Formats: sequence, structure tokens, C-alpha cells
Amino acid sequence: MSVSAEPTSVDPRRNGSAPADTGPARTDTLRPHAEHAFADELAALAAQDDRPRPARWRLSPWAVATYLLGGTLPDGTVITPKYVGPRRVVEVAVTTLATDRALLLLGVPGTAKTWVSEHLAAAVSGDSTLLVQGTAGTPEEAIRYGWNYARLLAHGPSRDALVPSPVMRAMAEGRTARVEELTRIPADVQDSLITILSEKTLPIPELGQEVQAVRGFNLIATANDRDRGVNELSSALRRRFNTVVLPLPETPEAEVDIVTRRVEQIGRSLDLPAVPDGVDEIRRVVTVFRELRDGVTADGRTKLKSPSGTLSTAEAISVVTGGLALAAHFGDGVLRAGDVAAGVLGAVVRDPAADRVVWQEYLETVVRERDGWADFYRACREAGA
Amino acid sequence: MNGGQARDAGQPLLLGVRHHGPGSARAVRAALDASRPRVVLIEGPPEADALIPPAAAEDMRPPVALLAHAADEPGRSAFWPLAAFSPEWVALRWALEHGVPARFIDLPATHTLAWERDEEEDEEAEEDKEGMEREGGGAEAAAERHALDEDVRIDPLGVLADTAGYDDAERWWEDVVEHRGAGKGDALAPFTALEEAMTALRETYGSGGHGRDLIREAHMRLRIREAQREFEDGVAVVCGAWHVPALRRRAGVTADRALLKGLPRVKTDVTWVPWTHRRLSRAGGYGAGIGSPGWYAHLFAAPDRPVERWLTKVAGLLRAEDRAVSPGHVIEAVRLAETLAALRGRPLPGLGEATDAVRAVMCDGSDVPLALVHDRLVVGDVLGKVPDTVPAVPLQRDLERTQRRLRLGPEAAERELDLDLRKETDAERSRLLHRLRLLGIDWGRPAASRSGTGTFRETWRLRWEPELAVRTAEAGVWGTTVPAAATAKAEADAVAARALADVTGLAERCLLAALPDALPVVMRVLADRAALDTDVAHLAQALPALVRSLRYGDVRGTDTAALAEVAAGLAERVFVGLPPACAGLDADAAEEMRRHVDAVHSALGLLGDVPAARDGRLRARWQAVLRTLSVRDAVPGVLRGRAVRLLLDEGELAQDEAARLMRLVLSPGTPPADAAAWIEGFVGGSGGGLLLVHDERLFGLVDRWLTAVPAEAFTDVLPLLRRTFAAYEPGVRRTLGELVRRGPGRQGRAQALTAGAPGFGPGVDEARADAVLPVLRLLLGPDGDGEVQADRADRVEVRR
Repeated sequence: MSVSAEPTSVDPRRNGSAPADTGPARTDTLRPHAEHAFADELAALAAQDDRPRPARWRLSPWAVATYLLGGTLPDGTVITPKYVGPRRVVEVAVTTLATDRALLLLGVPGTAKTWVSEHLAAAVSGDSTLLVQGTAGTPEEAIRYGWNYARLLAHGPSRDALVPSPVMRAMAEGRTARVEELTRIPADVQDSLITILSEKTLPIPELGQEVQAVRGFNLIATANDRDRGVNELSSALRRRFNTVVLPLPETPEAEVDIVTRRVEQIGRSLDLPAVPDGVDEIRRVVTVFRELRDGVTADGRTKLKSPSGTLSTAEAISVVTGGLALAAHFGDGVLRAGDVAAGVLGAVVRDPAADRVVWQEYLETVVRERDGWADFYRACREAGA
Repeated sequence: MNGGQARDAGQPLLLGVRHHGPGSARAVRAALDASRPRVVLIEGPPEADALIPPAAAEDMRPPVALLAHAADEPGRSAFWPLAAFSPEWVALRWALEHGVPARFIDLPATHTLAWERDEEEDEEAEEDKEGMEREGGGAEAAAERHALDEDVRIDPLGVLADTAGYDDAERWWEDVVEHRGAGKGDALAPFTALEEAMTALRETYGSGGHGRDLIREAHMRLRIREAQREFEDGVAVVCGAWHVPALRRRAGVTADRALLKGLPRVKTDVTWVPWTHRRLSRAGGYGAGIGSPGWYAHLFAAPDRPVERWLTKVAGLLRAEDRAVSPGHVIEAVRLAETLAALRGRPLPGLGEATDAVRAVMCDGSDVPLALVHDRLVVGDVLGKVPDTVPAVPLQRDLERTQRRLRLGPEAAERELDLDLRKETDAERSRLLHRLRLLGIDWGRPAASRSGTGTFRETWRLRWEPELAVRTAEAGVWGTTVPAAATAKAEADAVAARALADVTGLAERCLLAALPDALPVVMRVLADRAALDTDVAHLAQALPALVRSLRYGDVRGTDTAALAEVAAGLAERVFVGLPPACAGLDADAAEEMRRHVDAVHSALGLLGDVPAARDGRLRARWQAVLRTLSVRDAVPGVLRGRAVRLLLDEGELAQDEAARLMRLVLSPGTPPADAAAWIEGFVGGSGGGLLLVHDERLFGLVDRWLTAVPAEAFTDVLPLLRRTFAAYEPGVRRTLGELVRRGPGRQGRAQALTAGAPGFGPGVDEARADAVLPVLRLLLGPDGDGEVQADRADRVEVRR
């Protein structure tokens, strides 16, 4: 027997495990959801969007792309860009959702995967809260459904005793569900997504029922593609996703900018003493990270081996923050090569054998010859000794 | 200018096209089928009219190119590449299939090539900027620029696309023209629309800075008029869309003639040469300006559903490369591509959409398999073919001229040729033979020299076989002269080479063949490969060849600064990688690594003679590496022993320290096998015995150790020692025996042992020995110590 689920039958308000009130944001929330923070822009887009919309989409695919990439609407409303990066990435992502294929956003830490996924869900479904956070302990119930045991014991198995997962609710309501850090979820739990994505249905064998996805349902997953120790997706699951890799910042300037801004914010919240003018050192750290990551020097003339670490922008930020703390508390208050050298070494050399060779080659063939880097070279030699 | 007027009965049929546009090609075919002209005029050099019949030949397969070159100067040339999807080629084949005459009507190459000669100086500054991208002589590149209408000075399509709100002219053209299916409605309608657009453009921009276009168009008009007199209204013209308004314009015959008066001339030969898709693409040297010839060929060849067929093709390729790609993937990719096109507001998915879909659906978002797709499909490996009946390629003529000049005629019988590279003619002959070998024309093969050895001598075995003529013709794609072709081939080989050693070998051959222009590319590839190679053994193998090349370069007076730089970089990488790579090796691997250490050591010795930026530091760093090796326990004994010996030879290790290390390693705590291996590394190998004979220090060390070995341990080390010493030549063994019998009593004074050589009296006659010194100094040069110099000279001779 198959029962197509009514939205009411899985009403989140009936059971406690669903996220709290998703109504308009309160003004004192620490971090409002995207659909609340940018409600004006979404409303303006929806009002002026005359292009065809897929079923249950709040906006047309074109308007969703505009929402993410920014632009000016005919009536003069300015849409701020949410994602700064290649246009292609956003276009492919939006198109994927429109073709009812699941979307997998891949990227190293710090490439705005979660940010993009949240805004996509907000623009498409007006709701970015149907979220499963992937961890090593994520159970199958988080993706399928669980039971309200008190009710189950009192009244026996019924739809009322069922606690739907965010994915199940998204299926029933035709919205966009999100799975964060998909590759951290144990493989057997990951695979429970297969039926959902290929059959677009979620059977409930205990009740002899199923929940069929309504048009408009889709799923956005994010995953880290260079982290060690993740649960690789099975090929069966991988086949059901279109994959979009979010690239790292394109230019060194952009990356230096990001690092500087984040370091400032973190420094303020940690109450680190202000360190004047560390931009030169930040630029140096970013250059080292970029060069090793890309496997080629900034001038594009010398190829390099890449170490096994990810060397993401996020790591560059933590190296600089650590260096700042060193300089502030133990140094003379100026960020110097010696303050970041140990951090850089730690980020680069993850595998003590192979990465050390990579790092030394880089030091000897690139850093040593570079004008104005003598102090950095010395500091790194000392740190590595 | 009023080009937009309606076509009347007396007007020729003007088909404006985009060169190498598959949509244009389809439209041209449809238009020709519809109007059935009695003569087809094509934009191209009229000298090639005689070459039109071979285009129908069975074994003529595009892509091919019309090549025009100055008869007495093959390096001065111009190409008109034609692919299967080029409208010009389609028009040519249509004419041949329908038995209709075809003619080329552009300005004769005799003038365009002569122009190039005049403006060589002007172009030079511009060419410098193009740098290494350019493959051939400057004149070729310049002529190619004129052969293309899409010039950078003013890009007509760019203006139209910009007007239509596109940021990319290619995409605009694809959307508006190429993606229109042929056969719907009026076959001539697209051409009329395009003509109107071009007319409007030319009214605004005039000749758009193509000053010579006016002359070319005048010539085309005259030829069209000629054809009209002959065939009346059955004339069809296929030319770049840009020219259409000018050809439509009624200009006076006298005015046109006046424009063409007094043009410079040069004697010109024209022929067909095979071409490749890779060379049609932008990346190639004479790029025809199409980034995706494979995609265009597909668009032209696919009867329907181009995107579906393309994605199926991509899936096939990925499957062949062992990626799991199912038909389900293809279905999803097609859906994604189509929706993406709709999102981007394009009428049909283009290459961009297809590529995005392939990346997201079939490649898991990765660009690595995508690069393969680009290389194999988007550009493609298609190689054209021309029949044997077409005239000889200029490369062949250049070869013949060079052979005459060097008095080195091709002979079928094998003969041996000795070259003395100090003579100019012989050096040139050697270069020619080396270059031909690079091109795969194995006319000469290097042979072992009989008349003495020396870096200035070469011996070749020459034999000209008929198939070499075919090889020469094939090599014609690489260039028009032997050096240019060899340079292009060497560069391509370098890029395609897989192993590091292949590239170093290539660098060596480039130096032998005196191809300095190829060196930058080869060096860049070499540096890249070296940087990415994680196997120290590969690096260590590459270094000696590189250093050898440096020395050849010296002999032949080539500039080798770049080479020295790369060699120094390679050495640095060896230094960094060697110590970790030496740990935990088994006996065989250790023995092999010992050979590498020896090779690197002698290579560094040779490198010392070459002025390199980091030379002095290299030697010091190498010694530091050796020192690290010599004391690290995880390093096998044979390597440790070798490192100590090399350091001792260099005088970098005090004798006491060497003795200490030796005692340490030969003490009872060390496993006997390791101890013997150490000895083998220390005094083993060729020359080790002689060293013991001549170097009293070493002999003393071994002797002192041997006598100190306790009796019970002696039986353990004996077989291992025997292995080491048994490898010495009988004479050396005998001398060593004599030395041992004489006893070690007077060690520490050099005379004591050297005097012991058999057949000589004890002690040295100082006066007689001194008498030899002036002559020795004369032979070996005033500075440096004689022994090292002699040693080096010895090594060089051995390598030759």
C-alpha cells in the first residue's frame, strides 16, 4: 500500500525533534537564516521575476542565479553578490537543482560550500533550515525517520509516532533539503540516501507505507574533497549527484584580502592585542600556500611538488592568527617571519617523510633565491631543524 | 558604399562565411545545391588552381593546408589551412563532385610573400612579443595573420556580437549562424542577412585598418568579373563575410587595375601539405584561430542531435580510460546541458554547456579527466593526408639544397663518414645529420669512431633509403626548413615525453643538432618534469646526461647558460631527496643507488668546469649530503662506505676521521655483511684496487684494520673481503700482494710505498723526477693539481 504523504501528516510542530520555529527572525539572533537576512532581496526578485519557475520554486532558475551572483533589477533594486567566484559554478549548481538531480558541492575548507548551499536553499525553497549536519555519529534516523518512543509504546506504530527527518519533510513538502559534510557520515548511513535520490521515495516498512517526494524536492550536499579520513562516497551514491567543485580564491590579492579580514575578526574576538601592519607577512603565507597548493610558483615558471595537506585558505588564516598571538604575547608585537614559520611548517608537513622532502625542495629551490625572503628562509630553516 | 542592394540576375552569388565555421560550411553546401552555379570562386591563392584536381583524390584527407613559399627561400611561406568543416573545402569538394570548375581568386601569393620580405623589419618587434608560441619563421606567422580575416586590429564579429550583447564573438556566431540547422527555408537567407550586417559594419568602419584588404578585394573583383564574362550569371563566390560588401560594390575596372599595378613579386611554389587538428587550434603555431576543431568537426559531421552524440562520444572516451560512465550519466549530462543553455538564454547547448555538464555529471567536478576530453575530442588527434602526386614540400627542397651545399649527396650504398667538428663544413654536416635524426629521417646513424677518440670527432654510417623521401614529406608538417622543422619537432617531442630521461636525452640531441630555439621549451619541460618527479633515481640518472650536454655545448660553442641553470636546479633536488631515498634499501637497490651516487658525483665534478651561478655552493652542499650519508645508520653499508671514500678523495675528510668511521663500522658490533659492504663501497668498483696501490693512506687504513681484526671475526669477514678484492684485475692484485709482503712498517711516508712498485729500485731519484715537471706543467696547465686534471681528462675520453 502506498500513501502519498500529506504535508500535514508530517507537520514538524507535532514532534519535538524538528528544528525550532522557522518563522521570521528575531532581531537578537546571533546569526539569522539567509531567507530572513535577505528577505527584501528575495521579495524584490520574486516580484519582478516573470520567467517560468519549476514546481514549488520560489524563484525562476535565472532569478536564483542572480540572487547568488548579484545584479541590479529593472526597478533599480540592487542584489548583493552572495558568492564571488566563477559564474559557471553557480549556473551549473542552479541548473542541477532545476533538473531534479541532487547537487554535491565539493571544495577544501573555506571555499563557501555551506554558504552557497544555504543561499541556494533559501532562494529556491525560501527555507534553508531543512538541514542534516553530517558527523561521524550521524544515525540513519537523521536521514530517514525516527520514532517518538513514548507514543510508539502507548499507541503502537502509526504516522503520529513517526519523527520525520528534515529530508523526509523536504520530500513531503517539495522543498530543498541540505546535508552538510556528507563525507563525514558513515558509509552505511550515506547509502540510505540512494533510494531517496533514485526512487524519490522513502519507504516506511514498519507501517507498510512510503513517503513519495513531491515535485520541487531536491537535495544539496556539501563535502570536503581533500580532507583525510573521510568516508568516500560509494559510486552508487556518487552517480546520483551532479558535482560542482567550488574553487579556491582565484587571485592572490583576493586571498590575502580574505585572510586579512578574517584574521582581524578573529583577533578582535579573542582580544588579541592589535598588531600593526602584518600584511607583508600575510602575503608571504598566502603566497607559500598558493604556490604549494597549485604546484607552481607565482610567476608560473617553476613547477613544484604539492604536499599532502589541503593548505586551504582556512588554514592560512589559522597560521596567521597563531603567528599574531605569538608576536603579541611573546614577541615585540610585530608579526615577523619567525612567528609564522612554525605554523607554516606544521600546515605543510603532514606526512613526515614525503612532505618534508617537498617542503625542503621548496625552501631550497624557491624561497632561498627569492629577493627579500632571506628572513623567512632562515626562520623556516630554524623551525625545520 | 552601397552593398546591401538586392541581387539581380547579373550579380554573382556571394557566400560570406566564417573561415572554419561548420555552420557556414553546411550553409554553403545548401546554397550551392540550391543555386547550382557553373563556376565556384574561392578565397585563396590563384597559384593553387593547378592543385585543385588532387583535392578529389582518394587519399586526400583533410585537414590539409595550401602552402605557398618563395621558391628560393623555403622559410618564407604562408599557409591556408582547410579542415573538413571549412566552407572553402566544402565548396571545393562540391565543385569537384559536380564537375564544375573551381578557382582561387585571392591576391596571388607571389605578391603577399613579397610584401612580407619588405616589411620584415617592421614585424620584428611584434614577433618578439609572440615569443615561444610561434613555431616557424617570422614571415610565416605574419602571412598567416593576413590570411585570416578575424584580425585583432578590428574584429568585425566582435563588434556585431557586442551589439547583440555577447561578450564572446565565437559564441555569438555559434548561436546566430552555426547552430542554425541547414535546409530550413531559403538556403540563401542566412547569407543575405549576414551581408546586410557586414555592409552596415563596413559603412561604419571602412576597411577597418586592413589596408591590404582593398588591394585583395580589387583583385577578387577583377577575377569575378572575368568569370562572369565566361559563365554569365552562374558564378558563386565563397569568401570571408567581411569581404562580401566590397565584392558587391561596383568599382571601375580601371580603378581596380590601378590598385594592383606595381606590386612586388617573388617566385612562388604552392603545394598541399598534411595538417592536424592540433595545429588548427589556437595552441598550435600557425593557429587558424579555432579553439575547438574537434567539436567543429563533430558539429559538421553529426547528422542530427549534436549534443547527444557528443556526450556519447565523451562517455566512450572516458570509458576507454577506465572511468565508470554509464548511459545514465549521458542522459543526465544531456539534461543538464540543455537546461544550462536555457538558463543562459542560448538556443542550443554549445561546447561550453556540454563541457560544464561533462564536468559536473561524468567527472565528479574534477578538471583532470576534462583535460583529457579537451585534448582528445575538443581539439582531437586528426591528421590529414595528401596524395603523393602533389609537388614536393619545401622541406625536401631545403634538404636538397643543404645537401648540395655541404657536398653530401644521398647514396643508397652504405658508407662511413668521419667528421672533424673543428672544421666548419664537417660541423655543419654533423648538425644536419643530427637534425634529420630528430625528424625521424635516419639517413645517418652514429657509429663508433675508428680514427681516435675526442670530443671533436664523430663517425656516421650513411645510407639513403627510398622510404626516407616519404619520411621527409611527412616531416613537412613541422616546418619548411630543416632547422625550423627540427626545432618544432623537438619542442613537440619534449612536451609529449613521458620520462625525465627522455627529456634530458632530447636536450642533449638539441645541443648536438644546434637548435638553440628549441632549448627554452625543452628546458622548461625538463625543469617541470624534474620538479614533479619523486624518484631520486630518475633525477640522478638525468643529471649526468645534462652535464654531458653542457660539455658538448662548450665544444660546439652553444650558449648553455639555461642548461647550467637547470642542471644546478636538478642537482639541488637530488641533494634534498637523496638521504631519505637511501634509507632501508636491500642489497640490489643499494648497489644501484651507489651507481647513482657515483654518477652524480662525477657529474658534479664536470659541472665544476662550467660557469654556473650556484657552482661553488653546489659542491659544498653535495659534500654535506655525503657527510649525512656517511654517518646515518639506516643507510646501507655500501653507500656509507662510498660516501666516505668520495669525501676522502675530495680531501674533505681527515684521514683520522675516515679511519675512525672505518673502525666503527668494522667493529664486532656491526653485522659482518654490512661491514664487508662498507669495505666494498669504500675501495670497491673499478679503480678501487689501483687506488689502494697508489694511495698509501688508504692502503694503510685497510691494512691496519685487517691486522687488528680478531682471529675469530676474521673467518667471518674473509669471504666478503674476497668478493671485493677478487674483482680487481690480476696485475693490481699482484701489486697489492707485493705491498703486503713488503710490510706496512714505513707507512706515513709516501716514498716508502711508491718505491715498492715491482721492477723499480727503492726510493725516488729526486733530480730525475724534477726534470719531468716542466713538461707535465706544460701538458696539464699551470694551475690545479695534476692528478685531478688527468683524472678528468680520462673520464671525458671514456664518455666519448
